[in-house]
Amino acid sequence: MRVVINGEEQIVQDGISVADLVVALGLNRRRIAVELNQQIVAREAYEQRQLAADDALEIVTFVGGG
Amino acid sequence: MLDTFELAGKKYTSRLIVGTGKYRDFEETRRAVEASGAQIVTVAVRRVNITDANKENLLDYLSPERFTILPNTAGCYTADEAIRTARLAREAGVGTLVKLEVIGDQKTLFPDVPATIEAATVLVREGFDVLPYINDDPIAAKKLEEIGCAAVMPLAAPIGSGLGIRNPFNIMIILEHSKVPVIVDAGVGTASDAAVAMELGCDAVLMNTAIASAKDPLLMAEAMRLGVEAGRKAFLAGRIPRKLYATASSPLDGLIAR
Repeated sequence: MRVVINGEEQIVQDGISVADLVVALGLNRRRIAVELNQQIVAREAYEQRQLAADDALEIVTFVGGG
Repeated sequence: MLDTFELAGKKYTSRLIVGTGKYRDFEETRRAVEASGAQIVTVAVRRVNITDANKENLLDYLSPERFTILPNTAGCYTADEAIRTARLAREAGVGTLVKLEVIGDQKTLFPDVPATIEAATVLVREGFDVLPYINDDPIAAKKLEEIGCAAVMPLAAPIGSGLGIRNPFNIMIILEHSKVPVIVDAGVGTASDAAVAMELGCDAVLMNTAIASAKDPLLMAEAMRLGVEAGRKAFLAGRIPRKLYATASSPLDGLIAR
């Protein structure tokens, strides 16, 4: 199914959980935060939270800044 | 007695807060932070690179166990964007501090004060320790303090300008009325600027470009550490008043040939 991750269309497995997506993308879950359709997904909820078609995700981390 | 600075319930011995932007790489960032003696470092919140996710992370170099991580909302132009960014930063697990920036204009990067107050109101209610970046405006500082911000952070001059403290008198008025820490944020160019901020009585100074874009960032980081320390000690020591005319330092008695 099609979802939008950080503004880019991506094809992911139907009903994939946030936890599995994070693993599939090779991300360290301790260094990121996830917003799904403009709502924060708590780290503890990654396993239960499944994606639906056309969901929009923002996945962020910390970078250098002032 | 140890001179400490308290921010959001935590005590710090360093009054220099440094940004982590504009360095060549994470190793240079780490070494500059080390040389600055800073215990609080600012970071930005940005989308992860999903096509190259295995890149190293800044926090692998600046451990949140050792440093207080202060995420910013840099680049946000509305209260909503800043609020979303702050919530994401907190969710990423570095605590409740946030350097709130709501920018009003691309060229000056001056803050949008009404939007900053709007965002601060929401974030304070949600339990954040909000450190707002504002103009050197005593009224804005007062309003943000009343809302419940953990500190106020008036700019010295535009971000990255290196102009130093352009209006020390406004900073003095903010200091006179503020019950929360006053941190000069942005516009510092060199060590004497940092010293001036501390001599005025500011609680701390926050800077990034002045160190990161110096020819030798590590040496400048050390210079800033010393500038902040010198300015703080001078403030505590109590400077002499300015006078128009001379007062001799050597005794007038016992001069020869009188």
